[in-house]
Amino acid sequence: MESLNRSPIFSRRDVLQTFAGLGLSFAMPGLDLLAANKRGKERQKSFILLWLAGGPSQLETWDPHPGTKIGGPSKAIPTKDPKLKISDLYPRMAEQINEMTVIRSMVSKEGDHERGAYFLKTGFRPETTLVHPSVGAILTHELPVAGLEIPNHISLGSGPSPARGGYLGAKYDAFKVFDPGRNLQNLESRTDDKKRQKRRLANLDVISNSFRRGRRLQVERTLHQQTIDRARLMMSSEQLDALVIKDEPKKIRDAYGDSNFGRGCLVARRLVETGVRAIEVTLPGFDSHVNNYSSHVESAKSLDPAFSALISDLKKRDLLDSTVVLCIGEFGRTPNVNPLGGRDHWPSGFSCVIGGGGIKGGLVIGETDPIGKKIKPVDPIEVNQLHATIFKTMGVDITQETITPIGRPMKFCDGKPIPRLLV
Amino acid sequence: MQPKLFILPLSVAAAVVALVTWAAQSPQMPTALPVASGRTPTTEGADETVARLNRLFASNWEAEGIRPAQAADELQMLRRLSLSLHGTIPSLEEVRQFEADSDPDKLKRWTDRMLADTRFGDYFAERLARCFVGVEAGAFIIYRRDRFVDWLSGELNANRPYDELVRQMISEEGLWTGKPATNFVTATINENEVDENKLAARCVRAFLGQRIDCAQCHDHPFDHWTQAQFEGLAAHFGQTKFSIVGVENKQTRKNKESKKKETIEYEVDDYETENDETPKKRVVPPAVPFGAEWLPKTGSRRERLAGWITHPKNRRFERAMVCRVWGYLFGKSSSYLVDQPYGPDPPIDDLPDSGDLSEPDVLDILGADFREHGYDLKRLIQVMTASRPFLLASTHSADIDGGDPSRVERLLKQGAVFPLTRLRPEQVIGAMIQTGSIKTIDQNSHLVVRFLRFVNENNFVKEYGDLGEDELQEHAGTLPQALLRMNGEFGDNILTANPFTASGRIVASAGSDEACLDACFLVVLSRRPTFDEKEQLLPLLKNTTGDERKHVVEDIYWSMFNSPEFSWNH
Repeated sequence: MESLNRSPIFSRRDVLQTFAGLGLSFAMPGLDLLAANKRGKERQKSFILLWLAGGPSQLETWDPHPGTKIGGPSKAIPTKDPKLKISDLYPRMAEQINEMTVIRSMVSKEGDHERGAYFLKTGFRPETTLVHPSVGAILTHELPVAGLEIPNHISLGSGPSPARGGYLGAKYDAFKVFDPGRNLQNLESRTDDKKRQKRRLANLDVISNSFRRGRRLQVERTLHQQTIDRARLMMSSEQLDALVIKDEPKKIRDAYGDSNFGRGCLVARRLVETGVRAIEVTLPGFDSHVNNYSSHVESAKSLDPAFSALISDLKKRDLLDSTVVLCIGEFGRTPNVNPLGGRDHWPSGFSCVIGGGGIKGGLVIGETDPIGKKIKPVDPIEVNQLHATIFKTMGVDITQETITPIGRPMKFCDGKPIPRLLV
Repeated sequence: MQPKLFILPLSVAAAVVALVTWAAQSPQMPTALPVASGRTPTTEGADETVARLNRLFASNWEAEGIRPAQAADELQMLRRLSLSLHGTIPSLEEVRQFEADSDPDKLKRWTDRMLADTRFGDYFAERLARCFVGVEAGAFIIYRRDRFVDWLSGELNANRPYDELVRQMISEEGLWTGKPATNFVTATINENEVDENKLAARCVRAFLGQRIDCAQCHDHPFDHWTQAQFEGLAAHFGQTKFSIVGVENKQTRKNKESKKKETIEYEVDDYETENDETPKKRVVPPAVPFGAEWLPKTGSRRERLAGWITHPKNRRFERAMVCRVWGYLFGKSSSYLVDQPYGPDPPIDDLPDSGDLSEPDVLDILGADFREHGYDLKRLIQVMTASRPFLLASTHSADIDGGDPSRVERLLKQGAVFPLTRLRPEQVIGAMIQTGSIKTIDQNSHLVVRFLRFVNENNFVKEYGDLGEDELQEHAGTLPQALLRMNGEFGDNILTANPFTASGRIVASAGSDEACLDACFLVVLSRRPTFDEKEQLLPLLKNTTGDERKHVVEDIYWSMFNSPEFSWNH
């Protein structure tokens, strides 16, 4: 990991010559990603999803009801926004959350992890004939970034349901980096020896050529060579630096927190700066059927510093106006505490935090019953409305239909944007 | 309580002893192959079916003015068969045995031998499970995919008639552990309810080759299936409930208000508007969309549905399975099996009715053979693998620089050249692991080797990406896959030459440079190097010893792993 430009076989010049030779000008870098240097409202928009896998409790995050039968040990603390109090597990978020909007009345149709995560990430319920693309996949499909040598859709950290391209194709699956900021995982050659790397590629050419004989057009269709060339381009790209955080000042690294999720959020900011369109950072461990409170205390130790540092960092760099940040999980948790001190799945009236990128901050939408009797929240917000709002601010037209591989016309999203959330 | 307390440690100790004894056995048993016992496929009339099939293809080729590809060479056939039937490539051990075999009917005998190997059941069970129960993890505890796949594997190895298997899956009662076929039902359980819609859709899609899921909400756009027909099929699962004793058929329940017994009926919600809070309930009686006379008069609702689906007159049943197995062997479905409206890469499970076609097609010929011989899967595979299209090379004199793409397209469309298809993740991993060993990795392999294979396979599949149920649509390889093959730890461990890997043993034992290069190619690509390859690679090996030689062999391995030839079936 000393220097990313070390991989000499994959020397940039070689690779670029290959691409020029193939006439693949779209893959040519050097456009300098001018757009990526812009700031403020001028800048192209990016999307960061902070995915709380397992289903976070609204009561131990953004919708506490202290002192009630359902409230548990969580206390409420004031935030910079006088009308908003959040769980005392999030003192640092209390300083930043006024930049964002809190929705306390999310409703979903799915109460199972796999199905719920699918619904939240795609906006559609699972079906047997079709896999829907996630929001990130749609954004990268609709809004390609010229000159980007690394994937435009990246998943940081590890969780059970990374964002998928679905019917748009595996090409739009999020590129997974399991240990962000630490391990470049498969992006570096296993041998340092320049001579051997060269030899490997020369051998590959000869072996591939034998196979092409009598299969020329068929082999071309496999796109095998293009995929290898793209991999080589990525391995030699300076943009890969976005995945490395060792040169970030210690103060910044400390602010995000020394956790997988904290490093993920810091890498996410760097990816946004590089011009990547859609990023998800996963924090697992919210499925608190047992000892709900103590497990949320643990999760908050990662989430509070990382999320608050991300907001303030984006703001400082004038990137918040162009970056939509959404923090959500597959559902919330039951108001009632079960006999094991846990809370179970609750897809009706759970919370999320959203803001940036043209989404209005400082709002608190919806409310849940403080005694947990009423199932339906006040002012319910559907998942597809939330997605439609994101697409609207990012500039994706969701009224058009796409023809899926089985010939079925589909809309990317079947909801309507929420006007009060749009600046 | 007392007896139980000491039984537990005793049984653990017994299990450990048994396991150690088993693991310590010589990995090489006197009989080279683990043979599955069970029904032997009948061969009566198989040659005639192959001949009919070949005539059909030949006359199509003639009508189109097409010259088919040459026959594939024998080693290529061995690799193709091995990938199709076992999901892996042949070992050097097998390649050597195959080459030494000069008795007649070699391919046929090797096909039989592979079908008799338990690796056949294991591999086919995993593939079929995708369409029977999907790839999702499903509900915790009450759905045991592993049990289902084990059960299916055993039944396939025993060559149990396919119609019996299907009837059992649809109608079985009992616990998901003891009666593994019930997982077909429990796979659909969501929030403690059996999903009748999903079951109906699965049955029709997997067993009758029709996607009617669209009809769950509206009428099928291309075909004549309606929403009402879909509901009638789903109603067959209306009395399927599950409890602590497993999946059961429950005909009655106590009405909560009147406290009287009432029949459980399948009800659907009728929504007036999209966000209707109180949908009206409508009772739907079980019904079938066609062939009502095939419906058995007695039995549970599920048994009756199973009887209807597998009725010999229900031609969709045989056609669907033939199409699926053909797709598995050729890596894709083809337009000579399934035509419009899908174009060149049609889905395997949305077939036209047999009656829509004027003359018997490929599916009819094979379907009739399948039905008339007791839905014998192994026989079906023997017939397909003996047919001309399976024996053709994937190379063609028209597929050259400056060749006409439309001509190549036509060759593929008519089955006149064997198609290139991307290997599934399990096949890639199976193949990569096999290249790390000279000997065949199978049930007789040492416990540690198999354990490593299990762990490696699962991690690799996770990183490589799973294609899910739509696995036969044409996909190009992805960037993470290329990176994983190029730089992954797994591949690097396999190609590193040491006393435990094939590359290391080749370096140590192959004498001349030529023998060393030959062995590398046979292990990884199941063929010998070409003239050009020798020109490039032999000079690299020349006068090398020790680590230097090891590195050359490792680099050759790396190049072969990353070649299209390795990750595409051909």
